[in-house]
Amino acid sequence: MSSTLTPNPSPSGRGEQSEWPLWEVFVRSKAGLDHKHCGSLHATDPTMAIQLARDVYTRRQEGTSIWVVRSDQIVASDPGEKAMYFDPMEDKIYRHPTFYELPKSVEHI
Amino acid sequence: MKPGLDMQSIRVSSDPAVQYLLRLGDTCLILAQRLGEWCGHAPVLEEDIALTNMALDLLGQARAVLTRAGEIETRGHDEDQLAFLRDERDYLNLTLVELPNGDFAFTVLRNFAMASLLRLLWEQLAASSDTELGAIAGKAVKEARYHRQHAADWVVRLGDGTEESARRMQDALHRLWLYVPEFFEADAVDEYAASSGLGPRWADLRDAWLAETTAVFDKAKLQLPPEPKFRSEGKRGRHSEHMGYILADLQYLQRAYPGGVW
Repeated sequence: MSSTLTPNPSPSGRGEQSEWPLWEVFVRSKAGLDHKHCGSLHATDPTMAIQLARDVYTRRQEGTSIWVVRSDQIVASDPGEKAMYFDPMEDKIYRHPTFYELPKSVEHI
Repeated sequence: MKPGLDMQSIRVSSDPAVQYLLRLGDTCLILAQRLGEWCGHAPVLEEDIALTNMALDLLGQARAVLTRAGEIETRGHDEDQLAFLRDERDYLNLTLVELPNGDFAFTVLRNFAMASLLRLLWEQLAASSDTELGAIAGKAVKEARYHRQHAADWVVRLGDGTEESARRMQDALHRLWLYVPEFFEADAVDEYAASSGLGPRWADLRDAWLAETTAVFDKAKLQLPPEPKFRSEGKRGRHSEHMGYILADLQYLQRAYPGGVW
């Protein structure tokens, strides 16, 4: 749960927001590839988030396209439910398509 | 080389082509130096990186232009000698870029004024009769376009922001405005550049610069100050009292350890 959007009490007691909202940054390194999550940053709005993402995450030619998403807009699975969610799949190797005999002529699978 | 020999200042040619390039290269160099001072001090980490990115872009532009100036001068001066071994009077940057950073408002406003000017310049220089300069400009114009957009956004945010940010931006504009006429002063150097096809007269960029900056000032709800009577003359080598301190910072290492490299 992000705390960046809840007003942080300031020393003056006015309850003003002392931190800009957090954004998650996704960068596509070249055409045809997926956007990959590469980090986060603080910005006041979408325009600033895109510009700062450009400055912080693509300075070494990492990108050709940027997505930003407000961190508080991302819904995540609960780490506490990890066992219930993911462990049952451990012994179900038959769900992988590895038991088929492939003809030799079929490549790239 | 004899010890101490290359510590001596170099003198540069009065060839107008060289002077024209030094005005451009020095303006980029000194602004880069000023923006570099923000490293570790900007209001937020992200903007700290953005400002220093711009400083490095400007430094790269300065290097390319000073190198070319040295080649045209044909006295064997390279970019380092031109950057580090001239006396104050031989630096031909606009006075505006040597002024202290002041607050963040002045910094972003100056960046906006300079990026707008440099973008217009680079666009025209891309068609320079000097193909080397044209190639430098073709690359630099993309950087200047981004610098301009980034700075313009801040000008609008702060100008049309809180009471305090608006006041600081308006104060910054009053201060900056004193140094704008220098951008567009016409002289023999510009005349030579225009007639030889090296580059535009800076005076010819005035209308376009005014149109695009005032559009942003309007959006930022900033009031344009009256035309000042004061004329700064950094482009002719007559600098403000701040220039010597920058050069002391910039030149110290090369003067203390002549020819020292990374």
